Amino acid sequence: MITLLEARNIGKRFGGLQALSDVSLTIRKGEVYGLIGPNGAGKTTFFNVLTGAYTPDGGEFVFNGSLLPTGKPHKVVGRGIARTFQNIRLFRELTALENVMAGHHIRTKAGVWGVLTQNRFTREEERLTTERAYELLKYVGIERFADVVSKNLSYGDQRRLEIARALATEPQLLALDEPAAGMNATETGQLKLLIEQIRRDGITVMLIEHDVKLVMGLCDRVAVLDFGKKIAEDVPAVVQKNEAVIAAYLGGGKHAH
Amino acid sequence: MNELAAAVPWLGKRNPMAARWLILIIAIVAPFIAWQFGKSWVRILDFALLYMMLALGLNLVVGFAGLLDLGYIAFYAVGAYTFAFLASPHFDIHLPFWAILPLGAGFAALAGIMLGFPVLRLRGDYLAIVTLGFGEIVRIFMLNLNYPVNITNGPQGINMIDPINLFGWDLSRNIQVTENFSINSLFLYYYFFLLAVTGSIIFIQRLQISRVGRAWAAMRDDELAAKAIGINTRNMKLLAFSLGATFGGVSGCLFGAFQGFVSPESFSLMESIAVLTMVVFGGMGNIAGAVVGAFVLALLPEILRDVAVPLQQTLFGHVLLDPEVLRMLLLSLAMILMMLLRPAGMIPARARYCHDEHLINKLKQEAAK
Amino acid sequence: METLIQQLINGLVIGSVYALIALGYTMVYGILGLINFAHGDVLMVGALVALQTMMFLMGMAPGMSPLAMLTIALLVAIVVCMLLGFTMERLAYRRLRNAPRLAPLITAIGVSFLLQTLAMIIWGRNYHTFPQLISTTPLQPIEGVFVTPVQIAIVLASAALMVGLLLLVNRTKIGRAMRATAENHRVASLMGVDTNAVIAFTFVIGAGLAAVAGVMYASNYGIAHYGMGFMPGLKAFTAAVLGGIGNLGGAMLGGVVLGLVESFGAGYIEHLTFGFLNSSYQDIFAFIILGLVLIFRPTGLLGERVSDRA
Repeated sequence: MITLLEARNIGKRFGGLQALSDVSLTIRKGEVYGLIGPNGAGKTTFFNVLTGAYTPDGGEFVFNGSLLPTGKPHKVVGRGIARTFQNIRLFRELTALENVMAGHHIRTKAGVWGVLTQNRFTREEERLTTERAYELLKYVGIERFADVVSKNLSYGDQRRLEIARALATEPQLLALDEPAAGMNATETGQLKLLIEQIRRDGITVMLIEHDVKLVMGLCDRVAVLDFGKKIAEDVPAVVQKNEAVIAAYLGGGKHAH
Repeated sequence: MNELAAAVPWLGKRNPMAARWLILIIAIVAPFIAWQFGKSWVRILDFALLYMMLALGLNLVVGFAGLLDLGYIAFYAVGAYTFAFLASPHFDIHLPFWAILPLGAGFAALAGIMLGFPVLRLRGDYLAIVTLGFGEIVRIFMLNLNYPVNITNGPQGINMIDPINLFGWDLSRNIQVTENFSINSLFLYYYFFLLAVTGSIIFIQRLQISRVGRAWAAMRDDELAAKAIGINTRNMKLLAFSLGATFGGVSGCLFGAFQGFVSPESFSLMESIAVLTMVVFGGMGNIAGAVVGAFVLALLPEILRDVAVPLQQTLFGHVLLDPEVLRMLLLSLAMILMMLLRPAGMIPARARYCHDEHLINKLKQEAAK
Repeated sequence: METLIQQLINGLVIGSVYALIALGYTMVYGILGLINFAHGDVLMVGALVALQTMMFLMGMAPGMSPLAMLTIALLVAIVVCMLLGFTMERLAYRRLRNAPRLAPLITAIGVSFLLQTLAMIIWGRNYHTFPQLISTTPLQPIEGVFVTPVQIAIVLASAALMVGLLLLVNRTKIGRAMRATAENHRVASLMGVDTNAVIAFTFVIGAGLAAVAGVMYASNYGIAHYGMGFMPGLKAFTAAVLGGIGNLGGAMLGGVVLGLVESFGAGYIEHLTFGFLNSSYQDIFAFIILGLVLIFRPTGLLGERVSDRA
């Protein structure tokens, strides 16, 4: 098994709140890795630190054998990590196709000069971007809405579009933040198929999810966060029986109310 | 030009090609029509074209990239003063037009980057106020830099600026075709400015439908998500600021040469606001909107001036509202009412950010097979 | 030494006017996240309405005592400005609460210019002499240091108003509703707070303070005209940001600090730049401070009262 991402002793503090303390975990190439835990356990913070939205107070990420820059989202994407958001964040005024095309930004080069002169390179790149974006819409199953402004898409389609946009950055690791949130059983089933397809196509998936059934059915391995600490990491069947995890979920409920 | 053609009522959707020709014809004959109402109307059209260029540039910053710049007129000032310094008796330097134009554009772009760097991290509303402050600082310097060394000549401004001279062809001279037929210099400026505006539109349209335009739109719609797909938002903002400023600088150069004198008065906050209103009125983020907005709001006050003053005189016996007040009233009301009633603007065409339908159709057909 | 104390006094006086205006910005920002660009122009309306009232009173009751006249003029100005604040919120801003983020700001700019234009129509373009009903004969508490009774009145009145506002916000029921609304509109309205009324109230209070500030500003300089609100408005905004926008104490501190910086800056700029820049550059200090604060400490001196809508 080849290691794709290794998080070493990641820490992040907001004022008096230790959102992440000393979190270390390893994601292997080709697996679907789940990150679970009660509300406020630090899962999304972990995503934000990993993808450069926040700078960690301590620790480092090793991705594909070399250190990942912190606090620079565009560089992290360039290295091959893409993400989606818990509360869908699309480019509202752009069509589905344009959203995905925008996602191709980091893999393309055209600058002002090329755009101004419309030279062969730029035109060719633009054509490829369009075609690739369309392929990705087909891949997630919403190509018939290519020309629809994204804010007018249905909720489930917006989720799919966000995944397509993330895939357009050509990631090796796709980080999904609660992709099934707000979906009904049918939609969740389709989502599961899509994630399995993504994995088959060689992209490692990391996901935060509350839907326990989805996590257990989909993930190869799962890590559990509680109060910013990792309390377990193993295959789902084992984690499910872990006493600390059970206590965290029950106890977490008590703390939250 | 596509967007502009599509914005033509009725015809635009049915026959874009015809719409395009229509626009071209109107643009060419406009000064002749204006001439019928008097020479000053051709001059007003010339100014309308300069406003168009400004509105196009500001639209790039506000409409495409979503950065509310209230100090935009400062870049216009930089262009105009650059021209005044380098082509007038003030320092007794008389560089040719083609040499100054890139300098004016370059200085304005530089000013854009200088303003951009510190303010990029600011949220939208703060950005607006800081850019406003920047505009005021530029104006204060223009007003006061006549002491202890006279650089800007203070509130009097700089006079006797050289006219535009295209390789020996002086645009400020009427062309005497035959003994009793001449082409007025205002026409020459008109067509030269028209060329400049057309060039700007093509350039901006290309930017919009490109990797760059999509990155701006992405950043405008959701900055965090834009970062998350790998857009270097800092660089994209700087690019928007400096390109927008370049348009301001170029139109400033043209303005200085056309008007023949520049003074701080022409670059007040009111002018920044006027250009912003043009963008808002036409519709933020679309080229046709900027063009139409600039055209309407540059012309309307002048029409009002011609209509309202005599009308007031006959109605009340004297002028209650002078034209300048009417202009301010019109602009401020336009801004408020547009935001409240029609926030997408008069030309609410959705801007496209990807290349024409052909490719999509082709792909759709492929998919259908 | 005398000049130093003199600058200190001048700074304190103008600073307390800035502070009063800044409170209006900061309250509205705290509750709506909106920079009410037109706030400075409310000040202008206040000053001109007060001027008009005084003229009227001088014509009607020439024997009236100056203090009574000033009080009546001030009250009229306050009432008119409060109505204005209410109207602005009701007609323009309320409808834009859920609009895209640039829309309310652009509207506010429009309102600002509309107010200026209307003032220009009503009162003309000229500078008006503002009657200085409180004596402007300088006193000399220390040899070489001058203070006018107007200046003393300004500082005292500002201080009193600020204390009053703090009591209102922290000790009364409506104050608690304001704080709750600033924290979270939805939750506040679920708890039975009429958030619309609270927001309108906030605008009204801010406008009232601006009216007072307008009369002070005009009394201090002895002039009033349609464009007089722009600069103090902008500077007061700077003061609000400097202190930490949304934070009442911050607005007061920011106003005074800005006043002092400006006063000292104007006094010493010629020495600092070897005569290259003179006091006509006084107005750029506010902008430079605004830029520096936003770049290096965007939360201001006392910190933004964070219930930030992320």
